[in-house]
Amino acid sequence: MTQTRYYRTRSPEPEKEKTGGGGGTAMRVIVPLQGVVQGRGGLVLGSIIPCALFYFLQFYLKRNRDDPDDKNESNSTSQNPTIRSPSSEHLTELPGLTRSLSRALLSPRNSGPVSISARVSGIVKGGDSPYYMGLKRVKEDPYDELDNPNGVIQLGLAENKLSLDLVKDWLAENAREAILGNGKELSVSGIAPYQPFDGLMEFKVAVAGFMSQVMENAVSFNPSQMVLTAGATPAIEILSFCLADTGNAFLVPTPYYPGFDRDVKWRTGVEIIHVPCRSAENFHLSIAALDRSFNQAKKRGLKVRGVIISNPSNPVGNLLNRETLYSLLDFAREKNIHIISNEILAGSTHGNEEFVSMAEIVDQEDTDRKRVHIVYGLSKDLSLPGFRVGVIYTFNEDVLAAARKLSRFSATSAPTQRLLISMLSDTKFVRTFITTNRERLQRMYVQLVAGLEKMGIKSIKSSGGFYCWADMSGFISSYSEKGEVELWDKLLNIGKVNVTPGSCCHCIEPGWFRFCFATLTEKDIPVVMERIQKVLKPVN
Amino acid sequence: MAIEIEQPRVGLSKVAVSKTHGEDSPYFAGWKAYDENPYHETSNQSGVIQMGLAENQVSFDLLEKYLEEHSEASSWGKGAPGFRENALFQDYHGLKSFRQAMANFMEQIRGGRAKFDPDRIVLTAGATAANELLTFILADPGDALLIPTPYYPGFDRDLRWRTSVNIVPIHCDSSNNFQITPEAMEAAYQSAESMNLKVRGILITNPSNPLGATIQRSALEQILDFAVNKNIHLVSDEIYSGSTFSSSEFISIAEILETRGYKDAERVHIVYSLSKDLGLPGFRVGTIYSYNDQVVTTARRMSSFTLISSQTQHLLACMLSNKEFSENYIKTNRERLSKRYDMIIKGLKKAGIECLKGNAGLFCWMNLSPLLEKPTRESELALWKVILNEVKLNISPGSSCHCSEPGWFRVCFANMSEQTLEIALERIHKFMEQRKRN
Repeated sequence: MTQTRYYRTRSPEPEKEKTGGGGGTAMRVIVPLQGVVQGRGGLVLGSIIPCALFYFLQFYLKRNRDDPDDKNESNSTSQNPTIRSPSSEHLTELPGLTRSLSRALLSPRNSGPVSISARVSGIVKGGDSPYYMGLKRVKEDPYDELDNPNGVIQLGLAENKLSLDLVKDWLAENAREAILGNGKELSVSGIAPYQPFDGLMEFKVAVAGFMSQVMENAVSFNPSQMVLTAGATPAIEILSFCLADTGNAFLVPTPYYPGFDRDVKWRTGVEIIHVPCRSAENFHLSIAALDRSFNQAKKRGLKVRGVIISNPSNPVGNLLNRETLYSLLDFAREKNIHIISNEILAGSTHGNEEFVSMAEIVDQEDTDRKRVHIVYGLSKDLSLPGFRVGVIYTFNEDVLAAARKLSRFSATSAPTQRLLISMLSDTKFVRTFITTNRERLQRMYVQLVAGLEKMGIKSIKSSGGFYCWADMSGFISSYSEKGEVELWDKLLNIGKVNVTPGSCCHCIEPGWFRFCFATLTEKDIPVVMERIQKVLKPVN
Repeated sequence: MAIEIEQPRVGLSKVAVSKTHGEDSPYFAGWKAYDENPYHETSNQSGVIQMGLAENQVSFDLLEKYLEEHSEASSWGKGAPGFRENALFQDYHGLKSFRQAMANFMEQIRGGRAKFDPDRIVLTAGATAANELLTFILADPGDALLIPTPYYPGFDRDLRWRTSVNIVPIHCDSSNNFQITPEAMEAAYQSAESMNLKVRGILITNPSNPLGATIQRSALEQILDFAVNKNIHLVSDEIYSGSTFSSSEFISIAEILETRGYKDAERVHIVYSLSKDLGLPGFRVGTIYSYNDQVVTTARRMSSFTLISSQTQHLLACMLSNKEFSENYIKTNRERLSKRYDMIIKGLKKAGIECLKGNAGLFCWMNLSPLLEKPTRESELALWKVILNEVKLNISPGSSCHCSEPGWFRVCFANMSEQTLEIALERIHKFMEQRKRN
């Protein structure tokens, strides 16, 4: 029977140790197939029909593959290792298949050039979104007040250059000793050999202290519950690998950071379900919306493993208040799922609103600690994205154990750790930095928002991050993604200003744009306003 | 009495609970024993000597000297002029100056016999990440890679865990000094086929870990031919290329490609790292060098998950582009490793133990099969336990490297001082004497 043959052939283990299980492999096929059928016909028909189709396809392909004389390579997805003809047709992906489905089928094979895996071949063409195109344009033609006054001004990158001088000054005085000696004699043996992949304990202690300072000492962090990674990007991916299986899903409120699509989904095969937030609620997360999305996912046969929130949020800059966080925890408990709280901008709050970490919420609620995992990093709050320091902070020992082992694939560099231990242990420096940085962020934010307001562009009140979330729906030619992208294009190519259109962040309402201000100087703001004004032609 | 309602435990993924990390195997159990009772020259002379860690500590002084004399490497110079740009730099292309320095370094190691284009270098945080990344790119879940045995135990974890790719071994044995033969490769391929696993590539380590020997030119030609014939990829992990005892004895797959005019190159990918040759595993520096444009582009994008700290790139770009330093380092390092190797071989021979003739790496491949009660894995593990618990040496049993012949052990010699190595050799000598008497 083809069916049993499938199970037996897909899950053998040539090595003695057994991994996952054949059932898991089968699920990897069934679930995406259900997705294709969009759940119509319910669970039973939704799985039987595509499965039957799949097995017949498998059977057909296997029969072709077994024929050693078969030189017919162009139309089948079978592998024929003896074909070496240079003129043989390239095999392309079967049209109309989702990436997850094509992964489940036998990978299309080029019988000419050697092929790469199906799981990445769809991604190679990526990078065409406005988000990446805009960044590219700025790189090619960057604005400089003196050297390139007609260049593209960058408002599309959530980086903070406002307080780099403080870090630079510290480093100019302390770097060498910090890396090698810490006051003792020069020693390469302190940084060269193998270190624990999840970070030096000394560094964890320093980072835990920093996190606490950044969050106004409302909560203290235990270094033993930390795993350090080469940036927050792998931190998110590692959690995705640990908390969900291929084909499972996370609920993520929109609009969200475009990078999540790569970090959460790409190599893991995990899906993201959008939970739309709306301007009527100032894009705040609603538990009712979470619940609706959860139920819809269930109907589609998608197993939800957790919710990913960003607090402060990107691109809006919202803070989640205490009440919402408690409700979120209730929701997670009710559905027995995880919460990933991305708090990498916790130190970049400005204004008067209180920042509350998820760590503070679970401090008192003992039983639910195991479902909460916090992501942090030094790229935003300390303006050191190049140094690659990310944090997974979790109360769950099993996640800790797994993440520790997985950190080997994304470990922080020892000399960088040494340098930062010194910097972060200098509490006076840290205190000055955090305060000064917040002041500068506040100042720029206010100026940018005021400038936009003068042109009739209103922004959502933001309390954190390096950007404001502005409503330009009054200026788009049609109330649609198309209209929005047209405006983005005009701003980039006529106005020479790179901003991020809301559609990149999966915003459900067209016309919203993210304007980053922390890569600008105060002198740049009037220039930016002038250029935007040039482009705007109000519709109606 | 209150009724306790048990909360359903929130579940983890299969990846998280899988044992594919392999940390329950003897290879890692020995490390635990060492961690609990580590040898120290003065404070713990009866502790376990770690001979299971392939780390290179013989040339630290050269690194120290460089860093002492070149403060601009670790501090961006006076006033830190380059700092701002460096701190913000997270471009997955990597610092051009660093890629150039790596390309040059790789060329130097190969005596200029192969050229490397810096734009084909993709940077990763260590070779561990590079190998996993390539596996994600070259193979789909359920597919297979062929790997000659014995191989580095970490491959089971690095290549299979998150990728769900299988390893099918190419069996090699002592009858021909564990060399890879076309027959063995074909047998492995057939074995994969019979399990209905699609073979996507063959991965070789050259110089070999754990054998400590380079792969001969003829074998490399045969391996490349095999990959072409089956239309699969060839990954050549050359992280020990700078640790050959004589520069002329290492032949890189890059040289083979060069002589073939780079025909069939698009299936070849080289992994390199500074962890072994430069003794800097803590820095987390690995590279993928691919002759396939699609692989380079994809690997670059994927390297977002495993970027090298820009500070580290800057430091190493300075160091490696200093020709005087790099040439002297390569030469001196080779000489010292060669000396260590001679020392351990001599010491083992005196104790009546033979090793495979090696010419590279940080370890030797020792034959203790005459000591086995029975030629079985169980006997080998029993002997390993005795050596760990009584002789107090952590060495790696061949079975953890999937060696099909029981009785072989990998013994590292570069992660300790010469004095410690002497102590270790004395212990082995004593152990062998005792066994002779009994």
